[in-house]
Amino acid sequence: MKKSVFLGALTVAGLCAGASAAATLDDVTARGTLNCGVTTGLVGFAAPDANGVWEGFDVGVCRAVAAAVLGDPTAVEFVPTTGQTRFTALASGEIDMLARNTTWTFSRDVDLKFEFTGINYYDGQGFMVPRELGVASAKELDGATVCIQTGTTTELNLADFFRVNNINYEPVPIETNAEAQQQYLAGACDVYTTDASGLAATRATFEAPADHVILPEIISKEPLGPLVRHGDNEWGDIVRWTLNALIAAEELGVTSANVEQLATEGTDNPEINRLLGTEGELGAMFGLDADWAVQAIMAGGNYGELFEQNIGESTPIGLARGLNAQWTEGGLLYSPPFR
Amino acid sequence: MTTISDPPARQGFRPSQLIYDTRYRSLTIQVVAMILLMLAASWLVSNTIQNLESLGKDFDFGFLGQSAGYDINQRLIPYENQDTHGRAALVGILNTILVAFMGCALATVLGVIAGVLRLSSNWVVSRLISVYVEGFRNVPLLLWIILIFAVVNESMPHPRDFASTSDMFLNSIAVTRQGTWLPAPIFGNLSGILLIVFLASLVAIYGFRYWARKRQEATGEILPVFRISLALFILPTLIAYFILGMPISLDYPEPGRFRFEGGLLIRNSLIALWLALSLYTGAFIAEIVRSGILSVSKGQSEASFALGLRPNRTMNLVILPQAMRVIVPPLISQFLNLTKNSSLAIAVGYMDVRATLGGITINQTGRELEGMLLLGLFYLVLSLVISGVMNLYNNRVKLKER
Repeated sequence: MKKSVFLGALTVAGLCAGASAAATLDDVTARGTLNCGVTTGLVGFAAPDANGVWEGFDVGVCRAVAAAVLGDPTAVEFVPTTGQTRFTALASGEIDMLARNTTWTFSRDVDLKFEFTGINYYDGQGFMVPRELGVASAKELDGATVCIQTGTTTELNLADFFRVNNINYEPVPIETNAEAQQQYLAGACDVYTTDASGLAATRATFEAPADHVILPEIISKEPLGPLVRHGDNEWGDIVRWTLNALIAAEELGVTSANVEQLATEGTDNPEINRLLGTEGELGAMFGLDADWAVQAIMAGGNYGELFEQNIGESTPIGLARGLNAQWTEGGLLYSPPFR
Repeated sequence: MTTISDPPARQGFRPSQLIYDTRYRSLTIQVVAMILLMLAASWLVSNTIQNLESLGKDFDFGFLGQSAGYDINQRLIPYENQDTHGRAALVGILNTILVAFMGCALATVLGVIAGVLRLSSNWVVSRLISVYVEGFRNVPLLLWIILIFAVVNESMPHPRDFASTSDMFLNSIAVTRQGTWLPAPIFGNLSGILLIVFLASLVAIYGFRYWARKRQEATGEILPVFRISLALFILPTLIAYFILGMPISLDYPEPGRFRFEGGLLIRNSLIALWLALSLYTGAFIAEIVRSGILSVSKGQSEASFALGLRPNRTMNLVILPQAMRVIVPPLISQFLNLTKNSSLAIAVGYMDVRATLGGITINQTGRELEGMLLLGLFYLVLSLVISGVMNLYNNRVKLKER
C-alpha cells in the first residue's frame, strides 16, 4: 500500500518532469544556448574551420534557429554526432534539434518518434569510385567492396539496390565520413556510397578530386532536413518556420544585405512585412520577438545565400542547385505562405 | 536505558531497542538499507517507464522478428539482408565468439612463451620480451587495434595489383589490403567418413597417452609420446584421405575484376582485431605466467636438476604444474577481459554483436533500451560460461587438500 502511494508520487513527479522537459523553448532560453546536433565533420555541411568555429550548410540552419530564438547566431553549442549516436542524442534531450544530413523516412518520423520540420536539401544516394577502375555504371559493381556508414538509410538502400539488381557486394561498415574517406583512399574499399552531396563534399577535400568519379545512378530519394523530438509542437513549429523563413526570404528577394533596411523601412509587399515582423503578430504566436525572422536571415543569409556560400558552384564542393532551386525556378523548394 | 543487571526478557520489546540495542541494531540498519535500495530500484524502473512513455515509446522485443535490411560481410551462418534482426544479432554473436576464441587461444600461447622467455638467462631475449610486455601493457588497446589495422591496410598490395595467380604466394594465397584470401575447402560426399577417422585418431591419441602414463608409472619406461601422438594425429587421416579418393578439394581464389573470386577471405578487420587482442592480452598473461613460475620455490628446480632432469622436462613436469595453481585464476579474468574488449571491434568495422545488435539494429529500430539490455545479457552469459568452464579446469589443477 505504502509502496503504491510512493510509486504514485513518483509517477506524478515523473509526469511533471516530462511536462517541463517538453518545453524545449523555455530550456533553450533559460540556458542561453541552443544545443544543435551536427555531423562529426563533413566539409560544406558541418565542419569546424581552422579556428574551431563550426561552419557549413547544416550549421547555418542551427545558427538561424539560435538567432531567431535567442537573437544571437553564435549562441549555439554544436554537438558532433555519428550516424549511430544522433537519434539517441536527440531522444535523450542531449540536443534540442538535429541538423545533420538526416533522411526523412516514415519509420524515423513515426516509429522513432521524431518530427521532421522540413527539407533543407533534396538528395539521393550515389556511388564514388576511383577513375582508374573504369566503371561507368553502378550495375557494373558486381563483387566490389563498398564502404558504408552504419546506421544510415544509405546502408539499407545499398542492400536493396544490390538485391534488386541481383549483384553481389562486400560491405565495409564504418562509423564516420572521415573514416570512410581514409579507408576509401587507402583502397580498403573500391566504392564509397552515401548521399550524392556528401560524396561531392568528400571528394572536394581529396588531393586529386579528378581521379574519382561519381557514378550517374542515384538509387534513392534522400530528403535531408532538421528534426526535433515528438511531443513539443511549439518547438517543432519554431524550427520548421525558421527554415521556411530562410526559403521564403530567397523567394521574396530578402537577403542578409537588405533585410535590415527592409525591416526598418517596411515594404509594399505585405508578405515580406509579415515575415519581417513589421506587420501582424507572427512572432508572438509562437512566443518569439517580432523580428525573429530578421535575426534568422541576418545570421547567415537566406537559403540561397547559405547554399552559395557553403556548397554552391563557386565552392570546392560545387553542387548545382538542381532540385534545390526555388519552385519558381523549376526546383522543389516551396515555403508555405507567411500569413 | 536499562542497566546491565536487568534481565532483558522481562523488559519486553520496545521500539527504541531497534536503534540502541546492539542485538537489533545491525538488523535495523540492514532493513533500512534494503528498503532504500528497493526504493532506488523502483525509482529507476518507474523513471525509465515514465521517460519512455513521455517519448511515446513502449518496451517490446518484437523488433527482433522484423526484417533487418542490412548486410553483414562476415557470416558464419547463412544470412541475407531480408532475414530478421534476431538472426543478424546471432551472426554478430558468432563473430564475437569467434574472435574471442581465436584471441584467447593465441594470447595464451603468446603469453606462456613470453612469460617463460622473460625469465630467460639470455639478456637480449629477456630484454626484448620486457619491451613487448611493457609496450603492450601500457598503451591502450584501442590504439593497438587501430595501429595494426592501419599497418595491414596501408602496407599490403591492393587486390587489383594481382594480375594472375602467379603473383600469389604459392599460387594460392593473397595477402591484400582488403584481407587475406586462402583456398577454401570443399567437402565432398565421403568427407564425413574422413571426419570420423580424424575423431577416432584423437581418441586413439588420448588412449595412448593414458596407457603410456600408466606404463611409465608401472615400469619407469618413457615412451616417445609426442612423436607418436603427432603421427597418430596426421597419418590415419592422411591415409584415409587418399583411400577415399581425396573427398576434400580446394577452391582456389582467382583474381577478379575488383577482388578475388572464390577462396576463403579472412578480412583485415578480423586479422587486426585478433592480433591486437592477442598481443595485448598476451602481455598480461606473460606477467601472470612469470609470477606463477617465480612463485615456485627455487629449491624445486634444484632438486629436479639434482635428480638429473633436463631443464625443459623440469619446466614441464615440476615447475609449470605447480605454477598453474597460481596462473589459472588470474588467467580466467584475462580471458574475460579479452572477450569484453572484443567489443572494440567497431573501430575497425568488424561486425561483432556490438556492431549488429548493439549498433545497426538499435539505430534502425530505435530500441536502445531493449537492445542494450540484450547486449548486456549476452556478455554476462558469455562471461559466466567462460569463467564456469575455466573454473572446472582450475578445480582440476589446484592443490588438492585432503
